[in-house]
Amino acid sequence: MMETLFYLAAVIALSATILALTRANAAHALIYLILSLLAVAVLFFLMGAPFAAALEILIYAGAIMVLFVFVIMMLNLGKSGEELERSGLHARNWIIPGIMATLLFVELMYAVEQTSSLTSGTAVSPKEVGLELFGPYVLAVELASMLLLAGLVGAYHLGRRFIVRSGSDD
Amino acid sequence: MGGLQIPLEHVQVLAALLFSCGFLGLMLRRNIIFMLMSLEVMLNAAALAFVAAGARWGQADGQIIFLLILAVAAAEISVGLGLVLQIQRRFKTLDMDTANRLRG
Repeated sequence: MMETLFYLAAVIALSATILALTRANAAHALIYLILSLLAVAVLFFLMGAPFAAALEILIYAGAIMVLFVFVIMMLNLGKSGEELERSGLHARNWIIPGIMATLLFVELMYAVEQTSSLTSGTAVSPKEVGLELFGPYVLAVELASMLLLAGLVGAYHLGRRFIVRSGSDD
Repeated sequence: MGGLQIPLEHVQVLAALLFSCGFLGLMLRRNIIFMLMSLEVMLNAAALAFVAAGARWGQADGQIIFLLILAVAAAEISVGLGLVLQIQRRFKTLDMDTANRLRG
């Protein structure tokens, strides 16, 4: 029963991703991407990683996708951009990227070991994750915080110029 | 609730498929918003592979690397979307074929 749920979520994740990356309308693509992220969160939960599943929903499907929604609403892309995107999705444009992506997939399949090992079946609780995170991995946490600070400063710098200029010049 | 016993290869094949889809989207699309979405898909596929490997040995390390990937994705997307606003303001388009020079 649970195995069926797992493979169902896997199929949903894959098909939603393919649909998301072939839409011409950015808002529709975003909805499919959120569906794909939620399906991956189900996969995490079923594999015994409830903390990762919660973070996937909260941060990926919540915060990051809301950022995308804000930017799409601010830009007001309209019909012309959609027509341009549709013209870029012709069949002949697919050939070379399709071949390269297939080659990449075949290469990745060579890298996957054929040892038929099962996942452990034990859930790793948030407590264990927290103990590891602030024990041996504390330097990585500090580095991630510096990275997020750099991202914050960069985004503020770029966005502030956008707001000030568009108010005074345009 | 405990975890589920799944062959590790199946999860790895799914992660490879998702990564290839993201790669295909990155090369195919010309709108920068779709390129950023493809990058998100690729990062998410890598995170799936890490969590699956963590579940294989029942260790917390996979989820910790997932957290770090999450931080990288958040920082990348905040700066990337700030750049999207700048590009839209300067070039009045999001098409990367017409906006391939940063000094317009």
